[in-house]
Amino acid sequence: MAGVLGTSIKRREDPALITGRGKYTDDLLVEGMAHAAIVRSPYAHARIRGIDTSAAKTYPGVVAVLTARDVAAAGIPGMVPVGWLLPDLKTPAHPMIAADTVRHVGDAVAVVVAEDRYVARDAAERVAVDYEPLDAVADVVAALEDGAPTVHDDAPGNVAFDWEIGEKDPVDAAFAQAAHTVELDLRNNRLIPHAIEPRAALASYDSSTGVMTIHMTSQNPHVHRLLMTLASLGMPEHKVRIVAPEVGGGFGSKIHHYADEAIVGLCSLKLDRPVKWTATRTETNLTDAHGRDHSTHCAMAFDGDGRITGLRVDTKAAMGAYLSTFAPAVPTYLYGTLMSGQYDIPAIHCHVTGVFTHTAPVDAYRGAGRPEATFVVERLMHLAGEATGLGPIEVRKRNFVPADAFPYQTQVALAYDSGNYGPAMDRALEMIGYDDLCREQASRRGNGNGRRQMGIGFSSYIEACGLAPSAVVGSLGAQAGQWESADVRVHPTGSVTVYTGSSSHGQGHETTFSQIVADRLGVAPEAVEVIHGDTDLVQFGMGTYGSRSAAVGGSAIAGSVDKIIEKGKKIAAHLLEAAAEDLEYEDGSFRVAGSPDRALGLGDVALQAYLAHNYPDDLEPGLSATTFYDPANFTYPFGTHVCVVEVDTETGSIELLRYTAVDDVGNVINPMIVDGQLHGGLAQGIGQALWENAVYDDSGQLVSGSLMDYALPKIHNLIQFELDRTTTPCPHNPLGVKGVGEAGAIASPPAVVNAVVDALKPFGVTHIDMPLTPEKVWRAVNAD
Amino acid sequence: MYPAQFDYRRAGSVDEALGLLQEHEDAKLMAGGHSLIPMMKLRLAQPPVVIDIGRLDELKGISEAGGGVRVGALTTHADIAASDILAASCPVLAEAAGHIGDAQVRNRGTIGGNIAHADPGSDLPPVLVLLGASVHLQSPSGARSVAAADFFQDLLMTDVGEDEILTHVDVPAQSAGAGAAYLKFEHPASGYAVVGAAASVTVQHGRCTAAGLVIGGVGAVPTAVDVSSLVGADLSDDAIATAASGLDTEDPLGDIFASGDYRVHVGKVYGKRALAAARDRA
Repeated sequence: MAGVLGTSIKRREDPALITGRGKYTDDLLVEGMAHAAIVRSPYAHARIRGIDTSAAKTYPGVVAVLTARDVAAAGIPGMVPVGWLLPDLKTPAHPMIAADTVRHVGDAVAVVVAEDRYVARDAAERVAVDYEPLDAVADVVAALEDGAPTVHDDAPGNVAFDWEIGEKDPVDAAFAQAAHTVELDLRNNRLIPHAIEPRAALASYDSSTGVMTIHMTSQNPHVHRLLMTLASLGMPEHKVRIVAPEVGGGFGSKIHHYADEAIVGLCSLKLDRPVKWTATRTETNLTDAHGRDHSTHCAMAFDGDGRITGLRVDTKAAMGAYLSTFAPAVPTYLYGTLMSGQYDIPAIHCHVTGVFTHTAPVDAYRGAGRPEATFVVERLMHLAGEATGLGPIEVRKRNFVPADAFPYQTQVALAYDSGNYGPAMDRALEMIGYDDLCREQASRRGNGNGRRQMGIGFSSYIEACGLAPSAVVGSLGAQAGQWESADVRVHPTGSVTVYTGSSSHGQGHETTFSQIVADRLGVAPEAVEVIHGDTDLVQFGMGTYGSRSAAVGGSAIAGSVDKIIEKGKKIAAHLLEAAAEDLEYEDGSFRVAGSPDRALGLGDVALQAYLAHNYPDDLEPGLSATTFYDPANFTYPFGTHVCVVEVDTETGSIELLRYTAVDDVGNVINPMIVDGQLHGGLAQGIGQALWENAVYDDSGQLVSGSLMDYALPKIHNLIQFELDRTTTPCPHNPLGVKGVGEAGAIASPPAVVNAVVDALKPFGVTHIDMPLTPEKVWRAVNAD
Repeated sequence: MYPAQFDYRRAGSVDEALGLLQEHEDAKLMAGGHSLIPMMKLRLAQPPVVIDIGRLDELKGISEAGGGVRVGALTTHADIAASDILAASCPVLAEAAGHIGDAQVRNRGTIGGNIAHADPGSDLPPVLVLLGASVHLQSPSGARSVAAADFFQDLLMTDVGEDEILTHVDVPAQSAGAGAAYLKFEHPASGYAVVGAAASVTVQHGRCTAAGLVIGGVGAVPTAVDVSSLVGADLSDDAIATAASGLDTEDPLGDIFASGDYRVHVGKVYGKRALAAARDRA
């Protein structure tokens, strides 16, 4: 149906969700259901001398109390796996219930199953664990120091991996000959994902069939099934069904295989009854994989013309107490490979040390490595604007990969397929009214460095979405493919059901995927149903993360639609007594070229496909097609964001004045949903820059464990974002789409920090670590 | 987020509530529930009995009384913020109430529950101390009132006895020529005041005849600043800044967001700004 693609049709998901009729995991009630509460370590590091479960077991209403002994007795592997391997990666065992040692506050030591969740929680407090507290280390830098407490005996010095990309010698040579250099020591602050729906699981084992069904908060049900089969529950894959009902956000945190969902599965297996567990907010904060947490030294070299000649990055990246599912990939292949940014950089070297700490694991969180890389590059470019005297715009423009240089091979593995960076920046400058802002800034600075200073910050970012192709990511250590599947079925009456492996957790796939089908197949979007999130319904799928759904999942759907049209032409040709190659498909009709009256609608053809009464001899009945689409490359969205702030130098408070984002995400399926993704991403990126911070004290206690201390951005903290787009379609997928889920979170932290540092230029401030709390800003202003 | 087991009793009158308090040791009174319930959910509070006084209409409402304003203990922050009576005779209390939490919190939370909880980051205590409000308490043996300045004793500690119920707060009407202001430096996570500055200035015949400044959030209880130097002064920005810089707290509160030193600094800045705003309204 023409005019559907690129149109802001309303999300079909919303009426149910807004009126409270959406069914999330915790909404599901099953006959005979019991409730689990997980007993967690209050210590960051301790030896378990013994566990006395007797008081809990005899508490009225308690069904069972299980510990690591019960995992062993069940004869299951009982391990939480890691799904991405690096050379020489240390992969210490991660038991789903700790047996003898706990390694972070929140590590599971026992589970109580009771008739209701209140009793479960009451009884959990009666499980007496005899801990011998041990020294802990929570800080990524301290963990590498001599004599630091050891997280795992089989990872000496707390080093999980030592990884590098790029060539060191050319970088050293570039610095030796540089006309200008800039350098920076920075911390990329640890973040807690905070999906609005906490993690939850309802496991229902049916001993009569041997089938385990787990409804759970999953971004990738098939991946969870695979990992549970291989590592934790060890049940045959065909006897496990994972269902993701409505999922209330994830931002990456629901990609991973955690201990908890497997623990609930074990409870159901052992008790032969359904068992539900829903994390409290405190539990999610203690156990959801956190994001970021880097300590980085970085430097950039320039020639006399302000052209970049070298980039050097050395990062210590926290892994937490255990390697989470895709943790090793995040600060390596999703970070080091992004270091070229939008720039033509002839020499890059990035070295990363993965570090175990006595904290919650760190894994993919909205952007996953790419925000951290963008922060490095764009903070250095801000400093370079000052050091070279070119200013923030010219220094960037001078170094942009030119529009005629694509495809462009970076020095850090990625080959950018397309790009056109100048127009996005020009549009951002036009929208923000840059010249007027500069005059305003000068006037404030001239006014005796008054109390309210204004700053303008830029961020010209690159993103790599839709990790691909499978063979390449496999060679880099991924233990999974990175394709996506779609089964598109045209029913006998011409309506359509799509089975996609890209399961939604709030993105609006049902709306946008129906738009793809409607556009390509010439049907109304209302005639398309989208099914996802159930391993028994959907063939297989890799799930939703890394801004991959449109580019990979959407392309798989497009592929299936194309196959259906090809088959439909053969059926229509038979019915119209024409040659298939003479048929055209347009607006839902098969037409003989040049004979507009000889045409059949999709419904007519579909009906014959299922009746097969009058049908080609060499064709199978039915009108459906399955596609496993493996992309040729990543996609590369880009853009320029500009942030304007006012800083109250007397208190250090920051006020956002303007935020302009010009993004190029390729062809757009639904502009409203794209804008929404940007709004959410910007809120999270600005949140990282100004407010959010996961803080552990020296003993490994999470002191920002509740929303009383962990500051999420709230609507009254934010401003109206000014958005626009340029369009450079992806040249290698059938839709020309690139992805938008993470762009806001990737681009915005350096835009905000650059703006604040720009405001404080008269005070000699060159850097403040995120989050830019008023006290830090005030201290920077008043530093000697 | 699941509280420990507890019994729930709903009182139909103040007398019944007082009786229930006598009857149940360690019982907790609940008004709007916006301080007690979160603590119970985190199991930081595990009262065996919760006595719900939230439906006692006799403790609700705002009325003119004795040249001032009487605010019932169960009056919500939303009602205080929107009160015409307060807008006319004591607008700074309404202003402060409008800063509390968000709309949902203001619709449920009450002045009595708020001040009986006595969170150091609460918005109302410094204003009540500034205004010289009196807090009225009822026990089986009778009623008494206590000055707001004496009511707040320490972190989360007040003068409310175990057998007492807070019934209402009396606030003197703002005198002619007076201006007052409440400025809040909000914690980005909790929404509580890192610093809340309540200031009043009275100007008569062009001269400052009275001035007050009380800072919340910096100490365990509202901290009064001696700004008597402003009486008779010209209320210039410099004079105000000098007066506000008298904020002195021996052992300031601090957390991962704002250290004690910084809170004192912001207390002085916000004190200055609140005084200036009060002057401009006088």
